[in-house]
Amino acid sequence: MPTTLAQAVIQGERLAITRALTQIENNSPQGNMILEEIFPHTGQAHLIGVTGAPGTGKSTLVNQLALKLRHPPPGERPPSVAIIAVDPTSPFSGGALLGDRIRMQDLAGDPGIFVRSMASRGSLGGLASTTAGLVQVFDAAGFEIILIETVGAGQSEVEIASLAHTTIVVEAPGLGDDIQTIKAGILEIADILVVNKADTPGSENTLRALRTMLSLAHPQLTEMNHHGEMMKAEGAAGAAQDGRWTPPILPTISTTGEGIDELIEQLQAHRDYLEKSGEWQIRDAARLKNDLENLLGAALRAHWESSISQNDYQKVLARVISRKSSPGKAVEELLRGAGL
Amino acid sequence: MVDSQTKIRVLIAKAGLDGHDRGAKVVARALRDAGMEVIYTGLRQTPEMIAEAALQEDVQVVGLSILSGAHMTLVPKVLSLLDEHGLKDVKLFLGGIVPDEDKPELIKLGVDGIYGPGTPTQLIIEDIRRACQQL
Repeated sequence: MPTTLAQAVIQGERLAITRALTQIENNSPQGNMILEEIFPHTGQAHLIGVTGAPGTGKSTLVNQLALKLRHPPPGERPPSVAIIAVDPTSPFSGGALLGDRIRMQDLAGDPGIFVRSMASRGSLGGLASTTAGLVQVFDAAGFEIILIETVGAGQSEVEIASLAHTTIVVEAPGLGDDIQTIKAGILEIADILVVNKADTPGSENTLRALRTMLSLAHPQLTEMNHHGEMMKAEGAAGAAQDGRWTPPILPTISTTGEGIDELIEQLQAHRDYLEKSGEWQIRDAARLKNDLENLLGAALRAHWESSISQNDYQKVLARVISRKSSPGKAVEELLRGAGL
Repeated sequence: MVDSQTKIRVLIAKAGLDGHDRGAKVVARALRDAGMEVIYTGLRQTPEMIAEAALQEDVQVVGLSILSGAHMTLVPKVLSLLDEHGLKDVKLFLGGIVPDEDKPELIKLGVDGIYGPGTPTQLIIEDIRRACQQL
């Protein structure tokens, strides 16, 4: 019998996993203890981020992806899959409506799948501040693939790239002109680009615009995509060329599952690339550094909050509101007042 | 400052063969506006799916919407499956069309609240908060 919640998590007990997730999500002292205890057991899972604008079909894609991963060709062992689906918290009420499960009903009844919805709780990067902690729970519990679906992200919600090993950016036809594709931000973080809803009119234009964008970033692609026969060229594009990874562009239709097999192939290819090139360790190190810095930032803030009185804070705030003191000046005063 | 603290998490589910989800959506929206985290599962959920979702989401409350008249079959099933999953402490609220004569039996089974058409959402919010001891 496991003696602690963390040990029960490591043994994969579902009730323990769900309770641990809640503790960590609530930032409770018990949650921190669990994270500490499970940490040595993490680092095994393939973390896959799925991001893109609202309504591009991320949840449906995740549903299909998990379904196909769990039903591989005969003879192959299906990996266990955890899904974390993040939806936005209302900035006004603090409440949230988490609706990603609606698209994931096919996954019910499979003990090799665990779906957890999560509210962003005020974070702006497309994830919640505790998403990384939830990932560690699933990782320690032995889930081999962890799919992380972000809030329907716009252009700069790129936090997922520092959490996941592989980032899938989901596009859909009809979301702006080709200039959108060369803007900085979300497209830059894609390891795999998916054009979902590929059966809708205009999907060819979206594919073309994305290919052009990629050909600017990865010149060797141009020739391969130049003369029709796009599908073949994309297949070849995924593999690492000259030791570099070129993001493949995959058309999919999530509602029917079309293109999902190719997506799974590319996920595996990307994982192989990460492992062979040493990028896996580099991304892992970057993620842990990011975690450390986030925690340090939060701890410093908590430390500061505990060392300044609410009264002093309100006084300084009042001076800013009455425009007697600039926000910059006020910060200096507050830090001095807190003895930092 | 929105800080991460304990939030009431509620699963709203449409059980059985019944596609009328306006009421469920109205309640889901009201609970969201009351600061709760509402997991909406969509239509035609089996009791097994509901209990499994309640486990995975670690909700304190399950809100079942049933307008098909099948509550005397579905509710006991959901309750016993919640038990099986180790979720004895999860509160079960029922919304929809429930004849008065069925209510005592349902309450005896362990249903924490039953709400018919026209119930003010504020009443449901207060009942949930009380059940979760946050009032």
